[in-house]
Amino acid sequence: MLCPECGKRPATLHYTKIVNGEKTEFHLCEVCAQEKGEVMPGFEHGFSFHQLLSGLLNFNSSPQEAYKPQTLRCNTCGLTYNQFSKIGRFGCGDCYKTFRERLDPLLRRVHGHSTHRGKIPERAQGELKLKKELEQLKAELAAKIETEEFEEAARLRDQIRSLQEQLEK
Amino acid sequence: MSLEHFIQNAISEWMRVKGPQSDIVFSSRVRIARNLDGLPFPLLSTQSQAEEVVRRVEEAWKNDKDRLAVLKDAELIRMSDLTDLEKRVLVEKHLISPMLAEESRHGAVLLSQDESVSIMINEEDHIRIQVLFPGLQLEKAWELASQIDNWLEKHLTYAFEGGYGYLTSCPTNVGTGIRASVMVHLPALAMTQQLNRLIPAITQVGLAVRGIYGEGSEALGQLYQVSNQVTLGQSEEEILDNLQGVVRQMIEHEQIARRRLQEMSLTQLEDRVHRSYGILAHARIIDSNEAMKRLSDVRLGVDMGLILGVSANVMNELMVMTQPGFLQSYANQRLNPEQRDIRRARLIRERLAMEQTKEQ
Ligand SMILES: [Zn+2]
Ligand SMILES: [Zn+2]
Repeated sequence: MLCPECGKRPATLHYTKIVNGEKTEFHLCEVCAQEKGEVMPGFEHGFSFHQLLSGLLNFNSSPQEAYKPQTLRCNTCGLTYNQFSKIGRFGCGDCYKTFRERLDPLLRRVHGHSTHRGKIPERAQGELKLKKELEQLKAELAAKIETEEFEEAARLRDQIRSLQEQLEK
Repeated sequence: MSLEHFIQNAISEWMRVKGPQSDIVFSSRVRIARNLDGLPFPLLSTQSQAEEVVRRVEEAWKNDKDRLAVLKDAELIRMSDLTDLEKRVLVEKHLISPMLAEESRHGAVLLSQDESVSIMINEEDHIRIQVLFPGLQLEKAWELASQIDNWLEKHLTYAFEGGYGYLTSCPTNVGTGIRASVMVHLPALAMTQQLNRLIPAITQVGLAVRGIYGEGSEALGQLYQVSNQVTLGQSEEEILDNLQGVVRQMIEHEQIARRRLQEMSLTQLEDRVHRSYGILAHARIIDSNEAMKRLSDVRLGVDMGLILGVSANVMNELMVMTQPGFLQSYANQRLNPEQRDIRRARLIRERLAMEQTKEQ
């Protein structure tokens, strides 16, 4: 959820205030919360795990890194690595690519591994297979051109084209 | 509304039906996290993006619900349509997470008729498929969760990457996105002070143990949740095998401890469980800490054949029904803590009395 106050940063503080018996829920990002001078009762609620995780993240980065101006930012969702290390959560799937280098050591620390070995969605399975086939055909094509078997090469080129079309669908 | 009628509406099947190993394992749960490709995670989604996720899941379900029997008569419930109390009851029944109830803005849940399946939408991840079964049935729960996953995937494109697997908002869930957990009742291990040795050993094999009720280290009612921590680098089957193996060992240790108690201090044990029964059957004011403790004792007494004429699942029911949300929903009004303690005692008395009339 985005902070409703600034609409920019993720709302990481969630709490309920009771004023004159009326219950109101608040969601704020840290910056806005600080600006509003909000004291947060129940701040710990539900955050221990992510704080633990961010402890891990801070431990991970060397002091030099911590003082470096923060430029690593996900182009898709706008989340910076700094924000991630505070809230322990990513903003979108592309964050995994953006932060890959720093992420792998963290994943190994948390899971003992950094590569998936479980279930694969059927759709991705099909795609992976097509990609593999495509690579193979391309290699064959190069070989046929090398040996000047142009008729075969033309046939392969058509096959590659149709596979590429399938993948783009 | 009569208590009998209320229970019929309020109790999920996992609390009513006896599952395998149910003298120690109350329930098994498998939850898998999934996100949709091309949309930011709920943490950063705008109102319309969050609404889009709900819409896509709803559409998939409406157009194709006949293919999965369990979801045929399911109901899509938006958090915005529920009162705080209604949400709280769903949390107490373990059907939705506190996060979905409290924090999500476009949160929704697709809940199966028998309440064994709940698909949470816009929780920490776009989709969380949860299957909850009575007793020790991890494999069956995973099978169903995976079926639902396959069915959803026919209609939606997941955020998936060859190397990292299923992408999740929190990197502690990435890969398989699976969190399997088992709710175990370990009163004999607690009484014989063996838990302090057992719990650290379990955390060393990549599992987490925490009390289900109560805060900090003290688990009210001696109910613990054991779950996997690792989601990446192992297959779902390996993760489940590991958990199942440890749970089987816990069951064995608990059984040995129960036998030993029976052999070495039967009278003390009988006194304890019957004393607790007496308090539950007659108290006029009882707070939730004491209620949980007494219910745990009576459940142990029932499971060991020391208390007759009460069915074991009554304790499961009461552990859930004496939570604040349930009490208030049965009373049909908001209650302060003192009022709750009185209502709690009355509800327990009435429920135990129902058992006695059944006996005659
Ligand atoms: Zn803000
Ligand atoms: Zn991102």
